[in-house]
Amino acid sequence: MKPRYDLAVIGAGPAGVAGALTASFAGLDVVLIDAAPRPGGQYFRHLPQGFNAQAPGALHHGLDGFTRQWETLRARADVLLGHKVWAVERAEGTVTVRCLEGDREERPRTVTARGLLIATGAHDRPLPFPGWDLPGVLTAGGAQALLKGNLVVAGRKVVVAGTGPFLLPVAAGLAGAGADVRGVYEANGRLGLARHPLLAAGKAGEALGYGATLARHRVPYRGRHAVIAAHGEDALTHVTVARLDSAWRPVSTRTVECDTLAYGYGFVPQLELPVQLGCATRADADGSPVVTVDGGLRTSVPGVYAAGESTGVGGAVLAEVEGRIAGRSAAADLGRRVPPLPRLSRRRERLAAFAKALLEAYPVRPGWQGWLRDDTLVCRCEEVPLSAVREAQDLGATDARSVKLLARPGMGWCQGRMCGYAVACLAGEDPAAPRRPIAQPIRLGDLAAPTRSPLEG
Amino acid sequence: MPDVVVIGAGVVGAACAYYAARAGLDVVVVDRGPVAGGTTGAGEGNVLVSDKEPGPELDLALLSNGLWRELAEFDGFEFEPKGGLVVAETGEVLEALTGLAGKQGVEHTVVPSGGLDDYEPHLAQGFAGGVFYPQDAQVQPMLAAARLIRRGADRFGRGTLMLRTGVTVTGFLRDGDRIGGVTTDHGDILAGAVVNAAGTWGGEVAAMAGVHVPVLPRRGFILVTEPFDEPLIRHKVYTAAYVTNVASDSEGLETSAVVEGTPSGPVLIGASRERVGFDRTVSVPVLERLARQAVELFPALADRRAIRAYCGFRPYCPDHLPVIGEDPRAPGLHHACGHEGAGIGLAPATGHLIAQTLAGHRPDLDLTPFRPDRFEERR
Amino acid sequence: MNQPYDLVRARPEPEFEISVDGAPVPVIPGQTIGAALHGAGIRSWRTTRIGARPRGLFCGIGVCFDCLVTVNGSPSLRACLTEARPGDRVSTGARAGQDGPGGRPGDGGGHGTDGGKTVNGR
Ligand SMILES: Cc1cc2nc3c(=O)[nH]c(=O)nc-3n(C[C@H](O)[C@H](O)[C@H](O)COP(=O)(O)OP(=O)(O)OC[C@H]3O[C@@H](n4cnc5c(N)ncnc54)[C@H](O)[C@@H]3O)c2cc1C
Ligand SMILES: Cc1cc2nc3c(=O)[nH]c(=O)nc-3n(C[C@H](O)[C@H](O)[C@H](O)COP(=O)(O)OP(=O)(O)OC[C@H]3O[C@@H](n4cnc5c(N)ncnc54)[C@H](O)[C@@H]3O)c2cc1C
Ligand code: FES
Repeated sequence: MKPRYDLAVIGAGPAGVAGALTASFAGLDVVLIDAAPRPGGQYFRHLPQGFNAQAPGALHHGLDGFTRQWETLRARADVLLGHKVWAVERAEGTVTVRCLEGDREERPRTVTARGLLIATGAHDRPLPFPGWDLPGVLTAGGAQALLKGNLVVAGRKVVVAGTGPFLLPVAAGLAGAGADVRGVYEANGRLGLARHPLLAAGKAGEALGYGATLARHRVPYRGRHAVIAAHGEDALTHVTVARLDSAWRPVSTRTVECDTLAYGYGFVPQLELPVQLGCATRADADGSPVVTVDGGLRTSVPGVYAAGESTGVGGAVLAEVEGRIAGRSAAADLGRRVPPLPRLSRRRERLAAFAKALLEAYPVRPGWQGWLRDDTLVCRCEEVPLSAVREAQDLGATDARSVKLLARPGMGWCQGRMCGYAVACLAGEDPAAPRRPIAQPIRLGDLAAPTRSPLEG
Repeated sequence: MPDVVVIGAGVVGAACAYYAARAGLDVVVVDRGPVAGGTTGAGEGNVLVSDKEPGPELDLALLSNGLWRELAEFDGFEFEPKGGLVVAETGEVLEALTGLAGKQGVEHTVVPSGGLDDYEPHLAQGFAGGVFYPQDAQVQPMLAAARLIRRGADRFGRGTLMLRTGVTVTGFLRDGDRIGGVTTDHGDILAGAVVNAAGTWGGEVAAMAGVHVPVLPRRGFILVTEPFDEPLIRHKVYTAAYVTNVASDSEGLETSAVVEGTPSGPVLIGASRERVGFDRTVSVPVLERLARQAVELFPALADRRAIRAYCGFRPYCPDHLPVIGEDPRAPGLHHACGHEGAGIGLAPATGHLIAQTLAGHRPDLDLTPFRPDRFEERR
Repeated sequence: MNQPYDLVRARPEPEFEISVDGAPVPVIPGQTIGAALHGAGIRSWRTTRIGARPRGLFCGIGVCFDCLVTVNGSPSLRACLTEARPGDRVSTGARAGQDGPGGRPGDGGGHGTDGGKTVNGR
């Protein structure tokens, strides 16, 4: 451990690892920090050693490339896994990263660096609907994480629903791992696998692979369909699937028996750390706040860079390219000689244009609000039903923040990560960049004690 | 044409509107944002009499305390008459504290060291004693503001009390020398009188009328814990250092945590005081100090998590008193702002007194200490 | 057949046990407490403060906080992030959802074609 690094990188997904490695090759002293016990982020989530998996690549495309980068990085840079970052500060050209080490003991640790690359990725964007808090209802990413990180198949009879190309790998993964996938319900138009946008990005092989897997397992893939209610006493037993019109209003419904629903309506970039630092944000094509960056992935705050999903949801390949560009910028800004690489920027532009097209092809349409009943929970943590949100609005809460102040959605454990998008929609606005001075819960005892650097053991 | 336009739908504006409507006046409340979106949405909800030196602010607090109890019948804003416990670290401090309590003339009980347990079973050992103030209470300030406006409208007629959100006041209309309404980004509103309840922005609003009212921001952070299933803390609890902090003139950081449970489950730990303008940047050292003080009071908190922190900007005037009353420099303009860290507690009394002056009655309290033009001589 | 294991050609180390409200649950070294529970067919292990609703895994990656458990007396840990250790005593403070459909530990309900016990027992 060093008292001060040139660059701290938060996030060991494709963006962070590529960024850290590139910066290290360019001569910077780099430290990489991630909350997870293993590298990979969401896409390259690794299995624990305990499985002795001989063919881990079966669960990911391109794992070998990532693994090579990771092994190289480990030999060149310091890596702090199992470190949750709860706050970042910047003063006089030094960034202070405050972490909690360990998944249960949680020792406070402080890392300092001259520059910071934020590559904290995204989480699923669920929409509320009646029964969404029944056990057995999971986010699509959650089902994927169970499989990739624990070799646990999320359920026996599974329905996959929501919107976006991500539903395909999730369904294919579940089917390939032995689940009976009862159907994939895409709320937007089914573009047809042959015309699937993934093809345009030169990911034809990947998309066709998912398609083939689904076809082999005879999994129906329906466009303009959604799960609009989940049923069961203490756990999920069946869902109501609706055919939708173009605004997502239900046209007709039927029941599908299942013990598990894996669903998601896109992703929410995790922005608490850049917001803490005062980085400017903008609304992405889907209205989600993302970090504003220049062509070199510099944020509005000097010495702070962002890459991957934090700058806009675009998948693992774009994340890696952005990481590389950000690593180069960080090195250049600290005076290292970095020859220009216009090819990389052009590649990023192509991939970003494609990501934007995807966001536009799979929007969230307003009709979902009609799926809610008065007693449907909008906020899971504080158990706030739709009626309470409406009452707050009637009292004069005209934006998402004042709805939260009056009715408490977003005040609980998850701090609006799960309901924030929905509450913003219900309030009639784009979601605002999250202000969360505490990015990870921290024990008061740990907050009270003076934090130590890893140097001090 | 309404009799009164109230600028600001925070807790103070809400109280002014409620009492004015009760006095038979037609009221329009305008706010550039939503209801309770200003400092009221960043406050803690203490309704305290315990922390005030004898004097005009304490008189205001006592009047307000009684009014909160009356308003509590409306329900729906988590009014809790739970009482406050001020603890002293040393015998010397305890003596000073009991001395103050005696001078305040407020209901209180001196609690010896051994008696603290009965009030707060989880309180740390080793305090010299404390003073319990049964009148200290708590409200959920955002709901209080919203419900006061709603109850006023329900009770006195929707034509009598109207809330208009998303309307920014941009200037004043004059009727000769008198203020006769406001200009807004949504058109002019003529009115018999205008109440400036713009909180921390009250100075800006006053300036639009050409008068000087120095209201400045004093930043405060509050830490919020994970929700508790069973309440750990029964009253508002703070150390005697709080009283000196509140009255302090220091620019620098001061913290003296008031720790309390809430009906919704979390424990609130607040709040710090610093003068840093409108800077929202997180200050980790401030959060650390709040946490330290909370754990010193309640060691059991050490193992529980902070999940949230937020900050707001108290509206303060150089002499730490609010500005309440009609402005002789701009007749027709009444100020109700600058309540610093006590605006929630002091809101009903402020509203009540403003309504009395609006209706041409003699106010129940002498408003001289709160005069809007009291800063002129110091300029 | 244990398809996910075959897929990656896993040769898992011997499993160990943790206890969940007294009942044993098998774990492959490295699995999280949440994954082990879910894999064993236990779908919920907490009830909410207000409506006493059953909750288990939702986001699976530490952002929703639905999966909170107390481990060896340490409260409010996210089961989906907390790696299980041999002998861990997990208490849920509520009914462990064992009476829900497919909710008996070890019966493999809701675990795909490969029951939790069987898989982990390889
Ligand atoms: C649950 C989930 C599963 C997904 N699965 C797939 C998939 O199977 N296929 C696919 O194509 N795409 C998947 N995605 C989409 C995924 O976002 C991108 O493919 C890709 O992983 C983005 O790369 P990234 O480097 O930007 O971020 P990520 O890969 O998300 O990496 C971000 C890293 O930052 C770390 N981090 C975040 N906040 C903190 C903090 N405060 N302190 C410390 N560390 C922190 C995280 O632990 C994580 O390792 C998934 C997304 C989610 C949310
Ligand atoms: C951290 C913290 C803790 C606190 N704790 C307590 C406590 O425990 N007890 C207590 O009594 N007090 C507390 N306070 C103080 C209390 O919050 C304030 O004194 C009180 O909320 C002020 O209320 P207000 O209605 O005057 O102002 P605000 O709530 O700020 O309302 C003013 C309104 O005016 C509006 N406005 C401004 N300019 C215009 C314009 N040009 N046109 C239209 N509208 C305009 C704003 O949008 C705003 O909504 C605390 C404050 C902070 C920051
Ligand atoms: S399942 Fe969401 S935090 Fe664990």
